[in-house]
Amino acid sequence: MTTRLDPNLAVILLAAPILWFAPAGFKAYGLYVVSLWLVMSIAAMGLNLTLGYAGLKSLAQAGFIGIGAYTTAILTKTFGVSWPLAFLASGALSFAVGVVLGFPALRVKFHYLAFVTLAFAMFVFLVARNEEWLTGGVYGFSNIPRPVIFGLDLSRALPFYRFVLVVTVVLSLAMWWLLRSPWGRAFLALRENWMRAASLGVDIRTYTLMAFAIGSAWGGFAGALYAPLVEFIDPAPFAISASFVMLLTVVVGGSGFFLGPFVGAFLSFVLPELLRVTGGWYLVVYASVVLVLLVICPTGILGLVERARDRLSQRRAAALRDAARPMLEGSEAR
Amino acid sequence: MTRVLEVKGMKKYFGGIRAVDGVDFHVNQGEILGIIGPNGCGKSTLFNCILGQLTPTDGEVLLEGRPVTGLYPSQLNRLGVSRTFQLLQVFPTLSVRENLILAGQEHRGTKLTRLFGRGDAGLTDAANRMIAFFKLEHLADQKAGGLSYGQQKLLDAAMAFMAGPKLVLLDEPAGGVNLTMLAALKERLEAINREQGATFVVIEHNMDFVMSLCSRVVVMAEGRVLAQGTPAEVRADPAVVEAYLGH
Repeated sequence: MTTRLDPNLAVILLAAPILWFAPAGFKAYGLYVVSLWLVMSIAAMGLNLTLGYAGLKSLAQAGFIGIGAYTTAILTKTFGVSWPLAFLASGALSFAVGVVLGFPALRVKFHYLAFVTLAFAMFVFLVARNEEWLTGGVYGFSNIPRPVIFGLDLSRALPFYRFVLVVTVVLSLAMWWLLRSPWGRAFLALRENWMRAASLGVDIRTYTLMAFAIGSAWGGFAGALYAPLVEFIDPAPFAISASFVMLLTVVVGGSGFFLGPFVGAFLSFVLPELLRVTGGWYLVVYASVVLVLLVICPTGILGLVERARDRLSQRRAAALRDAARPMLEGSEAR
Repeated sequence: MTRVLEVKGMKKYFGGIRAVDGVDFHVNQGEILGIIGPNGCGKSTLFNCILGQLTPTDGEVLLEGRPVTGLYPSQLNRLGVSRTFQLLQVFPTLSVRENLILAGQEHRGTKLTRLFGRGDAGLTDAANRMIAFFKLEHLADQKAGGLSYGQQKLLDAAMAFMAGPKLVLLDEPAGGVNLTMLAALKERLEAINREQGATFVVIEHNMDFVMSLCSRVVVMAEGRVLAQGTPAEVRADPAVVEAYLGH
């Protein structure tokens, strides 16, 4: 058997150096936008695991970004903990909360599960807004420090962007590994036919909880980057509407496609910035683009790519059939 | 002779309905046992109770002499009990080969070793052999959802054998399969039974299929065992003729 480089892995390895150098000339605002794109891609990657691969409808991803962002903000600012530790703590806390939130998923499916997770997202938002002693309430947290790692000062926009890129690549590679392992296949089995999966020895309980917990941890990791990126957090970006945007991001990019979150996050977080030139019309244009996209390709943008590939192979098969037709006619003649 | 499976006093009531009402039977090592009976006689309920899909009202299931009553389907499977379903149950967006790897992977190592080990859990070769055995080579890389009904039935059966089970329960394997495909399926099942000494229990409506495949047959009616014996004995039993075969 020949070993072929997996196309998803190839894209990550190819894109990483390009993204390292390309935005070098950007101004601070441009760097902020591409950094935000990567951070939100991480969160969407987590939701893509839960929703796209394991088929568990979750509407709480922004809640986990919030948990990660506040954890990092509190730990680094109030307690002076170093960022790498705060990053790990953000992921670990989101993982643990994800396990707990995963339990309803063992009992309820589909939109009921969506309701449960929606209630959780609301809960996170309310805690962030009302528990002032912990979160600063509506005034939020300001002057969240940017990390210094191995003596490298990341307070300026370009070094911080590159740092976000490195973390994104590492988390992408980890997710790629997870999904290509037998675990990834078990997650797909949950989505496609959990009853049959159980009869083949797949431990439904553990894999369901893990799909939730790992997806949530990625949300927490994204939050740990989000807090020092914006340097100021308040409850608003983690409201329920933000969880809907995360869902939209995953679906528009291509739910269950490895690179879908990057495409989706580009549409949800970069496109609105590009459309600012249209003035007050940008939401209208953005909404129309999303609507049209979902009408032509309910499986998302990467779903469209796959459909085109299927069609191409069908056309090739049709061409082969056409080429074989004279043979058929010859045999009938005889 | 070792009894791979033994079912004792199995009962399953749904409210006042006695779907399974005290069934006893056993399956010997290497045997192909058929369970037949008219529609609604409790065959599928019996299967689901044995396989942990339903909790029995009363009764016991022994696997190689050890009690396994009430275990989850996934736990039973890891102990070596495999099954096929009456209705098609494959993973439609996975390729035929991926379906087979999935069917075997949970029997390899632990979750942790699988997470850090090879993507195919070292099962590509085994999957390819199974594909060749069921003569599905030309379909190996196609999505299972695109296969014909009969081909999916073959894949479903192949998946049940991927982990080298001690016991396979087949729920109406012949249902909706055309004659050519049926002959292929029967021939493959017999080959696995002969070559690997695998033990089967088959629920089936198709009398010719059961009578020619099975060495022993249990006949059920109204939740109870009406008769059991070789196909010839069962055919000659007046009670069976009365209840099921007719005239």
